[in-house]
Amino acid sequence: MARTKIASFSIEYLQVMDEHGEIDEHLMPQISQAMILKMLRTMLYSRKFDEKMLSLQRQGRIGTIPQGKGQEACSVGAVACMNLDDIIFPSYREWAALIWRGVPLKYVFMNFSGDERGNSADFNYRVFPFNIPIATHMPHAVGVALGMKLKKKNRVVACFLGDGTTSEGDFHESMNFAGVFKVPCVFICQNNQYAISTPTKKQTASETFAQKGIAYGMPCLRVDGNDVFAVYVAVQEAIARARRGEGPTFIEAYTYRLCDHTTSDDAKRYRSDEEFRAWEKKDPLLRLKAFAEKRNLWTKSDEEKFLGEVEGKIDQQVEEFETMPMPDFEDMFKYMFAEMTGPQKEQLNYIKQFKGKYHGHT
Amino acid sequence: MAILNMVQAINLALRQEMERDEKVVLLGQDIGINGGVFRVTDGLWKQFGDSRVMDTPLAEAGIIGTSIGLAMTGFKPVAEIQFDGFFYPGFDQVISHAARMRNRTRGVLTCPLVVRMPYGGGVRALEHHSESMEAIFAHTPGIKVVIPSTPKEAKGLLISAIRDPDPVIFLEPKRIYRAIKEEVPEGEYLIPLGKANVMQQGNQVTLVSYGAMLWVCQKALEQLKGKYSVEVIDLRTVSPLDSDTIISSIKKTGRCVIVQEGPRSFGVAAEIIAQINEKALFELQAPVERVTGHDIILPYYKNELNCIPSEERIVFAVEKVMKG
Repeated sequence: MARTKIASFSIEYLQVMDEHGEIDEHLMPQISQAMILKMLRTMLYSRKFDEKMLSLQRQGRIGTIPQGKGQEACSVGAVACMNLDDIIFPSYREWAALIWRGVPLKYVFMNFSGDERGNSADFNYRVFPFNIPIATHMPHAVGVALGMKLKKKNRVVACFLGDGTTSEGDFHESMNFAGVFKVPCVFICQNNQYAISTPTKKQTASETFAQKGIAYGMPCLRVDGNDVFAVYVAVQEAIARARRGEGPTFIEAYTYRLCDHTTSDDAKRYRSDEEFRAWEKKDPLLRLKAFAEKRNLWTKSDEEKFLGEVEGKIDQQVEEFETMPMPDFEDMFKYMFAEMTGPQKEQLNYIKQFKGKYHGHT
Repeated sequence: MAILNMVQAINLALRQEMERDEKVVLLGQDIGINGGVFRVTDGLWKQFGDSRVMDTPLAEAGIIGTSIGLAMTGFKPVAEIQFDGFFYPGFDQVISHAARMRNRTRGVLTCPLVVRMPYGGGVRALEHHSESMEAIFAHTPGIKVVIPSTPKEAKGLLISAIRDPDPVIFLEPKRIYRAIKEEVPEGEYLIPLGKANVMQQGNQVTLVSYGAMLWVCQKALEQLKGKYSVEVIDLRTVSPLDSDTIISSIKKTGRCVIVQEGPRSFGVAAEIIAQINEKALFELQAPVERVTGHDIILPYYKNELNCIPSEERIVFAVEKVMKG
């Protein structure tokens, strides 16, 4: 007979760089200046893209959109330590990851203007399309990671999710599968403290989201999600473990959305100005910029020049997006199966007689 | 040729496809060392090992979602759901993702996935083990729904389902898992999806059904022996529906009875009647009859056979259309 402690756990928190851009030299990863500049440029690019998306939405040129402002370090820190053939399951505000991989942004415009072609970017970018329902992409990420393991490819999957995602059944089922099958998958939970309006304390009774990894037998920790270096260190360690065949990792990146949930949301209804202003000071972009400027890696004129280039690139993508012809209405039927079924052929023939009267078609 | 029951025929189909294509992998609960609760996967784990026959945690959404991930990576997963009544958490993954992936990516990503499960009633099972909800699946754009009626049919249809480039729900009528034995081709044997089968030629009345209900139809036909010339159609694939075969039969017979185990309203029979209405209404000599389950929760097993169509009800319906 006994009554003894048989297991105990603790959760680590990691911050490498504070909100003034000061770093702890002992914790700072080996990382080239070129890489640091690529991180900074990608975050600037992503923010510029946010602005363009918002402007197009306000003008009615695209539909409802989410933005990425405030959470860019989570994306950039993670993708920066992945190989180009590693696989990304992005959340729906992961522009920075897409920009890093070079996915043409016209696809994002297409997606948010109600055009399925937005999900048809060449898969050589190794970026899966955004998933609209919450958490249901996680078992896919696990399945893809399992596939990589079965094929003995040394490739890792990064699966992005949010704090609200951790309440869904598919979160728990996929985390459990990932642990049991020991798949090479890194889960990056961007805890921006609100699932639309629902705050953390109404989402979970756990002290941290990170600790949810413990139940599934995987290493887990919380990092400062506005510190690109902390994210980088955590994801790099996780990827190294995955490549050694040691299975998945769960990372909670503690962050804040410096924008509304989407253009249909008004975050002022549930977040105070005071809180928002406090988090503006912790902006991941300002922090990395401060770091780079202090080391003379980056100047105001570099920034002006870069933003000018970016604006041109984005405008080019807008141009390509807006001059695309309307998708053929036959496409509605064409991609349901490899071959159209009998009933689909009948229905397509039926609507063809209305072709001239079809919305958006002449 | 070997004389096999449906369980053995499905086992043979899985074994042969796994031997033929190393991308075919099985996932499910208790399908490994235990061979599945109905023993459908018996011996496959021993032959193919852990990486091809994967015992999973007890989580249907996890099984289907992981299978979707594997399918998008070039595998051909065949997922087993232990009982149809437990499928629904996994059905979210099918309806929300497997069914949509090809379309939403304009063909960049596809989901060649088979979800197999024992289906239907009549085996005196517990609650949640006996419903026939194929109409829900058939109403979902982007998936095919296949229901075999005999061991030989099961082999040919399952192999086609595995080789199909899109998601297929394969419903195995548990009532006839072991009730019927027949000769099953041992070599490669495929039955195309989306094509109905005229099982028996006739010219006075068309009897349309699928799965275990065809077995009940056969008993009804024995009662009616010699009385009418009945053309019997096995749908094989519920969705997409092969209405051509049904319509050309009705043009010959002018009469039709449809038998389905599931609830009456919004069912497969209702869809067939709508198709007849559109394409052969004026060929009819009598209103089409449907023999179906009722719009009730399937009773626990003491009363289940009072809900599931019986041979008496089928005979009654045939007599009714013949008099009409």
